[in-house]
Amino acid sequence: MTDVAATSTGQAAPPPVGAARRPPGYTLTGAVTWGGLWVFVGGLLLAVASVLLASLTTQLADGWLPRGYTTRWYTQSWTTFGLGRLLVTTVEVGVAVVAVTLAVALPTAYVLARLTFPGRRLLLLLFLVPQVVPVMTYAVPLATLVYRLRLNDTLAGIVLVNLVPAIPFAVLVLLPFVEQVDPRIEQAARVCGATNRRVFVHILGPLLVPGLLAAGVLTLVRVVGQFELTFLVSGPDSQTLVVALYGAAVQAGELASQEINAMATVYMATTLTLLLVALRVVDPTAVAARDGRSSR
Amino acid sequence: MTGRGCGGALRIDALRREFGSFTALEGLELDVPAGEFVALLGPSGCGKSTALNLLAGLLDPTTGTISLDGRRIDRLPPEQRGIAMVFQNYALFPHLTVADNIAFGLRMRGCPKPERAERVRRALDLVRLRAQADRYPRQLSGGQQQRVAIARAVVVEPRLVLMDEPLSNLDASLRLDLRTEIRALHQQLSLTTIYVTHDQTEALSLADRLVVLRDGAVQQVGTPAEVYERPANAFVAGFVGYRNSLPGTLTGGVFDAGDLVLRVGGYGTDRPAPGPAVAMIRPEDLLLVREPAAGSGNEVPLDVRVCEYQGRGFAIEGSGPGGQLLHCRSDRSFRPGERAVAVVAPDRVRLFARPQTETPTPDRALPVDGQPS
Amino acid sequence: MSASGPSGDHLLRWRDRARRRGVTPTVWLVVPGALFMVVFFVYPVCYGVGLSFQGTQGWSSAYRDFFADRLVNNHGSRRSILITLELALAASVVNVVLAVPIAYRMRGRVRAKRALIAVVLVPMTLGTVFVASAMKEFLGPSGWLNRALLGIGAIEQPLPLVGNVTGVLLSLVFTGLPFAFLLMVGYTSGIDPGLDKAAAVCGARPAQRFWLVTFPLLLPGMTITFCLSFVLAFGVFPSATLVGNDAGPTRVLSKVAYTEYSYGHYPTASAAAVVMAVVQLAVLGLVLSARGLLHRGPTTGGKG
Repeated sequence: MTDVAATSTGQAAPPPVGAARRPPGYTLTGAVTWGGLWVFVGGLLLAVASVLLASLTTQLADGWLPRGYTTRWYTQSWTTFGLGRLLVTTVEVGVAVVAVTLAVALPTAYVLARLTFPGRRLLLLLFLVPQVVPVMTYAVPLATLVYRLRLNDTLAGIVLVNLVPAIPFAVLVLLPFVEQVDPRIEQAARVCGATNRRVFVHILGPLLVPGLLAAGVLTLVRVVGQFELTFLVSGPDSQTLVVALYGAAVQAGELASQEINAMATVYMATTLTLLLVALRVVDPTAVAARDGRSSR
Repeated sequence: MTGRGCGGALRIDALRREFGSFTALEGLELDVPAGEFVALLGPSGCGKSTALNLLAGLLDPTTGTISLDGRRIDRLPPEQRGIAMVFQNYALFPHLTVADNIAFGLRMRGCPKPERAERVRRALDLVRLRAQADRYPRQLSGGQQQRVAIARAVVVEPRLVLMDEPLSNLDASLRLDLRTEIRALHQQLSLTTIYVTHDQTEALSLADRLVVLRDGAVQQVGTPAEVYERPANAFVAGFVGYRNSLPGTLTGGVFDAGDLVLRVGGYGTDRPAPGPAVAMIRPEDLLLVREPAAGSGNEVPLDVRVCEYQGRGFAIEGSGPGGQLLHCRSDRSFRPGERAVAVVAPDRVRLFARPQTETPTPDRALPVDGQPS
Repeated sequence: MSASGPSGDHLLRWRDRARRRGVTPTVWLVVPGALFMVVFFVYPVCYGVGLSFQGTQGWSSAYRDFFADRLVNNHGSRRSILITLELALAASVVNVVLAVPIAYRMRGRVRAKRALIAVVLVPMTLGTVFVASAMKEFLGPSGWLNRALLGIGAIEQPLPLVGNVTGVLLSLVFTGLPFAFLLMVGYTSGIDPGLDKAAAVCGARPAQRFWLVTFPLLLPGMTITFCLSFVLAFGVFPSATLVGNDAGPTRVLSKVAYTEYSYGHYPTASAAAVVMAVVQLAVLGLVLSARGLLHRGPTTGGKG
C-alpha cells in the first residue's frame, strides 16, 4: 500500500494553486473577443436607432436628440414613394420566387442527393458556380436578355432574374436535408407497397418539411434583400422596396432625409418581421453550418 | 518504456462531486499502489466516469483530495498532472499522422527530437503499428485507432493511465483481442492504471482490483476473485452474474420464499441475520434435470419457457412454483412447456439482507455477450 | 426478347445499359432545374462573354477600352480592379479574424447564445442597402459616433468616416461578419470537444491546445468562410455608392459595369463583368489551392 508518510507530506505541501486555475473569459484574447462583439452589436443597434430617430424628427437637430417628434414623414413618404405599391410588389415577387424555386429545387435536390448517374458532378457544379460568380457577371447579360424578351419593368422579369440565384441556393440548402433522410425509410415504404408518388407524398414530404421551410424562408429573405439583379431589370412601374430605397438614398440631396429614413424604417420593419418568422422556423446555425456538420 | 516501476502511487481521499443538487460521486476513498491495475465497475450513471474525469482534471472536485506519489494534484489543470488517458471514442487528432499523434505528449513535455523519434518507434512496436506510422487516423480500423490511443497514452511514461471504456466502441472479437493486449501491456510496463467499464467480464479479466460503484457510492472493493465469489451485497451479486434473485425470509438454515423453500449452507460467516433476505443464485449453479438424483440439493420444480442452445450447453428460462422467473443451465435440451426440476446445492445459494431499494434488473446489469447501450 | 425485333432489341439493350449506369426514370426529375440553369445562367454568361468581344472596333476593343480607362465617367477602370480587390480582401480578412475567436468562444454552452445569434443575424437580413444608408447616418460628420468622440474630447475634427474607403469597409464588415460568424459557429461546433480534452491530458496548455489542435482543424473551415465572405464583399456596390465615393476612391468594378450598362454600352459593360469574374475566380482559386495543402478530413477524433 501507499506509504502514508509521503501522502501526509503531500498534504502539507504548498497550498493548491486553485486560485490560478483556468480563469474563464478573463484572458486578453477573451477581452478582445467580447469587446469586438459588443462593439459590433452596439454599433448595429446605434445605427438602427439613429435611422429610426431620424425618421421621426420634425427638424434636423444639432444636438443628440431631435427637437420634436412627428410621424408625418411616414405618411409623406408613403405617398412620395408609393410605399404601398412597393410593398405589394415586394411581397408578390417574394411569394412567386419562393413558390417556383421550391417546386424546381426539391426534385433536383432529391436526385442529386440520392442517385449516382453520369454527369452528376457536372450538374452539381452547375448549381455551385452561381454562388461563386459575381452577380454582375450574369446580371448584365441576363438583363439584356430580359429586355430583348420585353420583360423589363414587369413583375415576370423581376421574378425571372431572381430565380437565377434562388434556385441553386435552394438546391444547396435542401441537399443535406434530403441526405439526412435515411434511404432505408424509403426502401421500407417501397417494400410495404408504396408507389413513387406515395413515397413522395406520405414519406418524403413530411420528413422534408423542415428543409422546405428552411429553404423557403431563406430564399424569401434573400429575394427581399436582393438588390443588384432587381435593380437592373426593374423600372418605375416595378420596383421592390430595396431598389426604391437605394434610389432614394442615392438622390439624398433632393429629398428630405427624414423621408428616406422613414422609408428605411418601413423596409427594416418588413425584413425584421421576416427574420422573426425565419428564426421560428430555421435554426440558423444548422443551415449555415451544414458543411461543418458533426457526425456525432 | 523503461520497463517496470514507472507508475506512481495514487491516493484518493473523500473525493466528492456534485452537479447542482445531484451527487455524482460521494466520498470515494482509494489507495492504489504503484503499478496496480484498478477497474471502476458499475452501470451507466454510477459515477465511474465522473471519478475518471476528476482524476484527469477535466472536472473539479467539490471536496476531497487526489495525490499522486504524495503530491496533491486535484487543483492542477490536466496538463500539469503527468497523467495519460485513453478515451472511449479514441480522440485521436485527425490532422496528425499516427506517429505525430503518439509524439504529441512528448512534444508537449519538451522531449528532444531524437529521443522522441526513438520512443515513438518503440511505442509503435509495442502496439504493432510500425507499418501504419505515417497514416492518418481515419485510414485505420477502430481497433488500430484505439491501439494508437493506447500508445499515445503510454509513450509519455505517465505515472497514471486512465482508460475510459476503451473497448466499448469495438466489435466483440476485436474487443477480446484488445483486452488481452491491454493486459499484456500492463504486465510489461506496470503502469498504474484506472480503468472504467460497465462490462464485468472486462473488469474481472483485466484488473488487479475492482471498485464496484452504484449511484456514486462504492459498493465493494476487492480482487476480482473476491468480488466474483463473495459479492458484498445483492447489487454487486446481480452485477457479477447472480441472475436469479428470490426475496424471502431466512430462519435458521432455511430460506423461505413463499412457494419454495431452500436449504442454505456454506458461507457461514457471510450469512445475514435471520429475517427478510434475498437469495441469489448463478444460472451456472442452477442445473435443470428431468429426474433429480436423490440428495443432490434443493429441488425446484420448473416450467420451461425458453431454451437457448449455447454451444457448450443450454440456457433455460422457466417459471418456478410461485411464478418466479428463473434462469438455469443444462447439458440437455428442453421443450417449452416441459416440466423439469432445477437443482441447486445449498452452499451455492448466496444470501443477503434485503436491500432498501430494488436490486438492479439483471438484464441491464449483466451483459453476457452483447452490450447494453 | 425475340419478338421485339432487332430495333426493339437495340432499344432494350440501350435502356439496360443506361439503367446499369444509374439512369433510372427518377433522374429526369432533375431536368427542369438543370434546364433553367442552362437557359438563364449558362447561356447569359456565355452571351455576356461573347458580347464583350463585340466591341465597336474589333473583337478586343471593349477590353482595350476597359484597360485604357476609356469608359464613361472615366475614373480609371484599372484602378477599380485594385480598389475592389483591396476592399473585398480587407473586409473578408477582418470578418474571418473577428469571426473565428467569437465563434470559438461560443462553442460551449454560452448564456444567451441564441439571442446573440439572432442579433447578429439582423444586419444579414437588412442587406447592404439598408446597412449602408444607416451607416451613412451613424458615421457621418454629424452622426452619433463623431458627436460622441467630439463630446469626450477624443478628436477635434469629425472623423472622415463617410465618403471614403473606411466607411465602405465598415459597412462591408457589418454585413459580412454575421455570415462569417454563422459559418464559423458551425465549424467550431463540428470539432469534437474530446480532442481538446485529449490534448490537455497529453500535457498541452490552453494556447498550445488552440494552436496545435483546434486551429489546424479550423483552417479548412476558415478558408471556406474567407472565400464566401470574399464573394459577398466583391460583388456589392450599394455600400460603395452610398457610404463611399463612387466617383473616385471607392469606384468598384460592379459600379463600373453598371454605369456602362446604363449608358447602353453593352460590350464594355460585359467586359467589365467578365474582368470581375476572372479576378474573383482567380482569388478563390488561389485560396482554395492553398487549402489543398492543408488537412482535409473529419474533425472528430474517432468513429462517429
